[in-house]
Amino acid sequence: MTPTLSVRNLRVEIPTRRGVLTAIDDLSFDIAPGEVLGMVGESGAGKSITGSAIIGLLEPPGRVAGGEIRLAGERIDHLPPERMRHVRGRRIGMIFQDPLTSLNPLYRIGEQLVETILTHERLSGRAARDKAQRLLEEVGIPAAAERLSAYPHQFSGGMRQRVVIALALAADPQLVIADEPTTALDVSVQAQIIALLKRLCADRGASVMLITHDMGVIAETADRVCVLYAGRLAEIGPVRDVVKHPQHPYTEGLMAAIPSLAGDPDEKLAQIPGSMPRLGAIPPGCAFNPRCDFAFDRCRAERPDAYPAGATQAACFLHDATSAPPPEIAGRASEAGIRLVRAPAETGR
Amino acid sequence: MSITEAPSGLAAASTATPLVEVRGLRRVFDLSKPLLNRLIEGGGRVTLTAVDGVDFSIRRGETYALVGESGSGKSTIAKMAVGLLPPSAGSITIEGIDVWGEKSQDLQRRMRRRIQMIFQDPFASLNPRWRVGAIVEEPIKAFAMIPDPKDRAARVGELLSLVGLDPRDGSKFPHEFSGGQRQRIAIARALASEPHFIVCDEPTSALDVSVQAQVLNLLRELQERLGLTYLFISHNLAVVRHVATRVGVLYLGRLVEEAPARELFSDPKHPYTRMLLDAVPDIEMAGKERLAIAGEIPNPVNPPSGCHFHPRCPFVMPHCRTVAPPVFPRGDAGVRCHLFAEA
Repeated sequence: MTPTLSVRNLRVEIPTRRGVLTAIDDLSFDIAPGEVLGMVGESGAGKSITGSAIIGLLEPPGRVAGGEIRLAGERIDHLPPERMRHVRGRRIGMIFQDPLTSLNPLYRIGEQLVETILTHERLSGRAARDKAQRLLEEVGIPAAAERLSAYPHQFSGGMRQRVVIALALAADPQLVIADEPTTALDVSVQAQIIALLKRLCADRGASVMLITHDMGVIAETADRVCVLYAGRLAEIGPVRDVVKHPQHPYTEGLMAAIPSLAGDPDEKLAQIPGSMPRLGAIPPGCAFNPRCDFAFDRCRAERPDAYPAGATQAACFLHDATSAPPPEIAGRASEAGIRLVRAPAETGR
Repeated sequence: MSITEAPSGLAAASTATPLVEVRGLRRVFDLSKPLLNRLIEGGGRVTLTAVDGVDFSIRRGETYALVGESGSGKSTIAKMAVGLLPPSAGSITIEGIDVWGEKSQDLQRRMRRRIQMIFQDPFASLNPRWRVGAIVEEPIKAFAMIPDPKDRAARVGELLSLVGLDPRDGSKFPHEFSGGQRQRIAIARALASEPHFIVCDEPTSALDVSVQAQVLNLLRELQERLGLTYLFISHNLAVVRHVATRVGVLYLGRLVEEAPARELFSDPKHPYTRMLLDAVPDIEMAGKERLAIAGEIPNPVNPPSGCHFHPRCPFVMPHCRTVAPPVFPRGDAGVRCHLFAEA
């Protein structure tokens, strides 16, 4: 089956006065029809830039400098702006973090929904209004008929995000890109919004790219997870495997650092030393090597490809089947729960 | 390093009496339109009760966490505790001195030195035009603690290494540091006046998880080393579980449950606390559905009658709608819920 979204070797550059920064470097991933892919990473890892690149809304001077983006098999990078506008909204729906900024405060909710519907569909005004009302009912807004004539400020945060979801789904898109959809909401409301988003997209068979820094939200929502570090892929795989048995040392450190409601509260939290490098100062070799407990010479010189690692794929030389890491490092890595492919020396290549 | 060590004599003597005592704390904000508008357009006064009769105490060397969602009044309490916002009623007593009622200037000054605050956003809380050294030195100068500039510089270096930075970082500007490092600078500044009590208002909410762990571990380490007492404000229950000795759960300005941290997480009593714990997205839950909770937090300007939580409560009884529950003690804990009334 053709994936809904296919990103191959994506490279996004941001020219600055002090040289060109590479915000996304050689990133490849697919989203299957109906699948929810979580995009995680710390701030500056390039999650949101990936989203913007896909919908063709990179902030200038940022630009797609290489690679391909395909929506249901059709290339959508470098489409002329007019055609891209048609793809956006009609075929890709978008949900952003702050519902107040994605809604126009001066227009009634109904007008905004009707406008979106009429942009993408040939319907009479009456039919469009009916559809708008149906959408509001679907996202769980009580008294939808009356609420159509309300302004965004008359809604609470959670209700506003519901309206934004209705807007994103108005044209039955194939793909929904949700960028931190629950970050601005309180925990008790978060669960409602996540459940709603998941249910509506599943009903419509739409794929979802869920961008967030919250691993908890990913854990309960996504089918697969893509972990980014400094604009590069660190690990990608099924959500359970990435959360429970991370294979990249960065993912492993990240999972251990998250305070959890299980486990011993008196134990010190695991911490990764240092912080993610700025785009202008990414070290040679593997971007994670200065913070990595298992780095060896090769990590400082070469950049790792994504190797199969158990159920996931990890961009880490520990998983390169053709060349074994130094035995001491391999030993410590397996103690930390990283499952190494058998070293060539042992298999007697 | 003698000046940074725990006040051991004090600590030993006063585990019985709490360091911080909050009694009947209340804060009302007036949201009314100006008098002239009210006269012309009609409409009366509009008030918001952000904090409504909150009592708690913190023992020396402990971390008391206040949790709640937006509008629960947690930051308002923090501001009143450090003396940034006067309460409408009630008192806050720190080391026996009433923060808002003390008349003696000298006593007030001595108390102020012992209270510090760490803010949420390390990008907004550090002056971008000051060098880090000057930022950390400021409290020492303000309280005239070390007159000699050379000694002062040495002390700044000492503080920077205490929070895991290089003493030479003092000559840099805040923009040269990442978010986590900036929060370390903010912590060094807070420690400069040798406080006994630090109010941490969402200290890690603006940080990424890997850095959050560093800062939480640092705060804990400093507490053990210097005998600090924290008031820790957070909306993140998983973080609170890792730092707190005692937890207070706020809902629309009222403390609905108060308990030792272990007890609160293993045996939550108030329906709101249970709901909050169920709502936390947890990585341990991979694949499981989270319990979705009905409704949203009501507008605090017009809170529900009786128990504020009754419209969302699954166990609501008729008198919950009319009578606000008092605090029912349960061992070392307290719950504001009619379910726990003695029959």
